[in-house]
Amino acid sequence: VLGEGIVKGLAETARNFFGSYVSKQRLTTVQYPEQRLPQVEAFRNFPFLVYDGADPQAGMRCVACQICEKECPPKCIFIEKSKDKKPDAVGKPQFYPAVFNIDVSVCMSCQICVEVCPFEAIKMDVKYDYPTEDRFAALLFDKHELAKSNEYYHEIHPTEADAVDAALVAEREAAAAKAAAAAAAAAKTAASQPTVAADAKSAGGDPR
Amino acid sequence: MIEAFDQIFVIAKHWLLGYIPGVAQPFASAVLSTIPILIAFPLLFAITTLLERKGLGRMQNRLGPNRTGPFGLLQPMADGLKSLTKEDIVPTSADHVVHFLAPLLLVVAAFLAYAVLPIGRNMVMVNLNSGVLFFFAIGSIVELAVFMAGWSSRSKYSLLGAMRAIAQMISYEVPLVLAAVVVIMQAGSLSTVEIVEHQAAYSGIFPHWYIFTPWGIVGFVLFMIAATAESNRSPFDLPEGESEIIAGYYIEYSGFKFALFFLGEYLGMFATSGMAITLFLGGWSAPLSFLGVIPSWVWFFIKLLVLIAGFIWVRGTLPRLRMDQLMNFAWQFILPMALINLCVAGVWHFMHPGIVRWLVSAALLLAPCLLLRAMLRRTKKFQLRTYSFAE
Repeated sequence: VLGEGIVKGLAETARNFFGSYVSKQRLTTVQYPEQRLPQVEAFRNFPFLVYDGADPQAGMRCVACQICEKECPPKCIFIEKSKDKKPDAVGKPQFYPAVFNIDVSVCMSCQICVEVCPFEAIKMDVKYDYPTEDRFAALLFDKHELAKSNEYYHEIHPTEADAVDAALVAEREAAAAKAAAAAAAAAKTAASQPTVAADAKSAGGDPR
Repeated sequence: MIEAFDQIFVIAKHWLLGYIPGVAQPFASAVLSTIPILIAFPLLFAITTLLERKGLGRMQNRLGPNRTGPFGLLQPMADGLKSLTKEDIVPTSADHVVHFLAPLLLVVAAFLAYAVLPIGRNMVMVNLNSGVLFFFAIGSIVELAVFMAGWSSRSKYSLLGAMRAIAQMISYEVPLVLAAVVVIMQAGSLSTVEIVEHQAAYSGIFPHWYIFTPWGIVGFVLFMIAATAESNRSPFDLPEGESEIIAGYYIEYSGFKFALFFLGEYLGMFATSGMAITLFLGGWSAPLSFLGVIPSWVWFFIKLLVLIAGFIWVRGTLPRLRMDQLMNFAWQFILPMALINLCVAGVWHFMHPGIVRWLVSAALLLAPCLLLRAMLRRTKKFQLRTYSFAE
């Protein structure tokens, strides 16, 4: 029949038109600032610095080793190592970043800084909306803006954070066991002199 | 009471005219008739842009604009403010005078067409005895404006768009006028007011609209197809062709001049829809005799909004035609059908009223329609192309 295709098309658009008023499945629009889609756990955007305990600056895991700064492909990380050492979350004296800046307008979210960090100190955040009128200073995050608690990390990436925590605990236990063994060995050397040099060396080889 | 409400604008105008000295009365009368048109139709344009965006959105399962004001009702105002505050760029190599005049001419021509549209009972600016002729004559000025815009911009896209627009508008102007001629034949008058009065009679409760005759239906459909092409709307929007030649003849326009083109195009669409209502849908007359209690001007705008909704619906449905399809459709289907329709209207005129006349006319229209369709659908034979000069 003449014009059959046109009538079919008109019926289809009419069905869409009225259907969008009754069917939630048709109208898939998410009204963004008010409504947001649930986030996927694997999502990542920009890095942040993890701290343990209550004080963001004292509990920061970062020891300013500057590996991430060197590895960062777009060179968006700037670190200045401290001159002195401060006790970290477990009470051990460590260097800390005097300055730690990330320019998120340069960051390409590659996660290489996270891969290379030996201290689980830098992780990827999920916040993606940083609207600002100043695209230079407001997008250059210093260490105060970057510091986020381990609890926050658990909130955004639960599975990954559990694994990290388990690894850290295991590492600390291993270190404690080694230290205990070293202490025991040292106690033994107090009795017999000749093995002192070798034991002292093994005790000093632990990075923590 | 009903009578007074129907004539409320006419009464108001005469009351206002009473305060004006006799010498200035003709001039004041013209001004008082013009101002409502200059307010009502741009307002309708604003409403239509919103309705169109909302409606198209819903057809594509989107929400449409909903950020400005409740339900996005202030969107047209935001659009207007935006185009007013935008920079007005004129290309350095453009012909500045013509470039400036083109959008003005388009809008002026679009507004002039409303002079002969009867919006309600006794509500027409000028009752020309050649009203329909005036309407189509004014309508062809739009083509001049479009070509001025395309030529003066000195851009290949503009020129391409203008060329397409001219080819399309001239092709469809012919069936547009021919589709209207049947009504002129039947009414025996070129005056729009008389044409509407012919249709405003009722047998029983049913009106004598021309669309209720076989040649009226065909004439209306042909007129609306041609009107769609005349106003450069989808599926005949090749001159604009957003996805290929960006905006066609008005690509080099920005700011308020661009908005004027937009306004002119929609005003043209309303005017041709208004003419279709006048010619085929009984103008301001009510669709059933007892519905005459609703004022005549309300009926005109209801009919206009229904036709606009149809335009939007078609725009949301059909993809753009190709240039050859467009031309073939105009010259091989629409034009022959319009001519056959003329003959059928003549046959109708000389036959006795009754069911036989109706059936004979319908058959006389249906047969060539199917024949023309078969001709249009004749499949083309494709063969391997041979290149004589290349290689």
